[in-house]
Amino acid sequence: MASPQTNAPAIALRGTSFRLPGGPTLLDSLSLEIPEGVTLVLLGRSGSGKTTTLKLMNRLLDPTSGDLLIEGKPATAWDPIRLRRRMGYAIQDVGLFPHYTVERNIGLLPAVEGWPAARIRERVHELLALVGLDGSLASRFPRELSGGQRQRVGVARALALDPPVLLMDEPFGALDPLTRAELQSEFAHLQKRLGKTVVLVTHDLREALLLGSQIALLEDGHLAGLYTPEVFQRTSDPPALAYRQAFSAPEDGPAQPPGPGAAA
Amino acid sequence: MNLLDYLLAHPREVLALTLEHIWLAGISVGIAILVGLPLGVAIARRPALARTVLGVVNSIHVVPSLALFGFLFAVPWIGERAPRMAILALSLYALLPVLRNVCAGILGVDHAVVDAGRGLGLTDGQILRRVELPLALGVIVAGVRVAVVLAIGIATIAAAIGAGGLGELIFRGLAMVNNSLIFAGALPAALLALVADFSLGWMEGRLRERV
Repeated sequence: MASPQTNAPAIALRGTSFRLPGGPTLLDSLSLEIPEGVTLVLLGRSGSGKTTTLKLMNRLLDPTSGDLLIEGKPATAWDPIRLRRRMGYAIQDVGLFPHYTVERNIGLLPAVEGWPAARIRERVHELLALVGLDGSLASRFPRELSGGQRQRVGVARALALDPPVLLMDEPFGALDPLTRAELQSEFAHLQKRLGKTVVLVTHDLREALLLGSQIALLEDGHLAGLYTPEVFQRTSDPPALAYRQAFSAPEDGPAQPPGPGAAA
Repeated sequence: MNLLDYLLAHPREVLALTLEHIWLAGISVGIAILVGLPLGVAIARRPALARTVLGVVNSIHVVPSLALFGFLFAVPWIGERAPRMAILALSLYALLPVLRNVCAGILGVDHAVVDAGRGLGLTDGQILRRVELPLALGVIVAGVRVAVVLAIGIATIAAAIGAGGLGELIFRGLAMVNNSLIFAGALPAALLALVADFSLGWMEGRLRERV
């Protein structure tokens, strides 16, 4: 994907703040650069500003102060519809269209972009294979799928237009632990193949360590630290330490990224 | 005297009045949908406006139908012809169920689905046409169903101002104390309402089970 300014990071936040009108500040002067091809994990507890940050990136929200640059150009200068179609979007509730088949769910954006029917069909089957689903599921409705299959369709739908950026908000959050681990490791492989810029919101430390090339730890709308997974595991920064300790409670086992076959 | 006597003796007149009745109710519900659909969509986005608009439309139902028909005599153009008055009054009555259900149907669509659509880059119009309206259709049809039954029932009163329809037989029967005449108007009207209710109910069920 050609960028207007080749050396500009895919996404850059410069003192970006967001506050609700007359309400609390959800995000306070966040500065962060996301280079192309990187998977940045926004890690933090509920209410830390992770989802707000993600929504600023595709203009579901606009910063109340500070700048947010997409490929070097202020987000507010982008047409929101064009911007969103360059950024795949997958969320925890999936939000598949219940009245559409799997095929129409995945093919909706290509359809509104005016692709010919044959090309849409081809793309849908390509994407189903990519996310590890059988082509025979194409004619099913979302209610006829398992939770894991729905999440996969959600990811396929987000990838439909082959966007350079993928925004994911706890995409594996609603799954049982086994299915979640399976999808996480599959997504790690997928990400290596596709090389997209990914911003992933999670509160799950293991997911962050497994999928992230960078981990941004958020606390109360502030950036508490930016780490690589390796550094995150040894740092003695209090916020990171606290997060690790919470996850090393006996039933969760050590805070190591689980291998594909690792039992808890 | 057999209640079916009049029906059997004057099939053409009963048929003509039935068609007139269908026409009055049909046009009125059509107008209610034409107005209620865009207005319902508009108020679904603005909760404060929704309360006001639904309040005003609701208050129309407080006016007794016979009185409403009477008031419309004073309205220019409308008051010149009885069917015009009848259609306007019936449309006003039919508007509430349509409007209320369009609004409720759209507000009832799962937020996750709408949010996903917006985040993926659908425009507001695409979200409305491809997501919200199709998913709200079952609830909207339920509103139309109530409106149709309501319009068929109230249309019998339209005969009081000379707008025609099956009410004519009923009013004539009342004046002549002739049960068979009343029955000849009431039976087809009741059947119309039942058929409309049943078929729209079937449609509603089909639409709802998709979701």
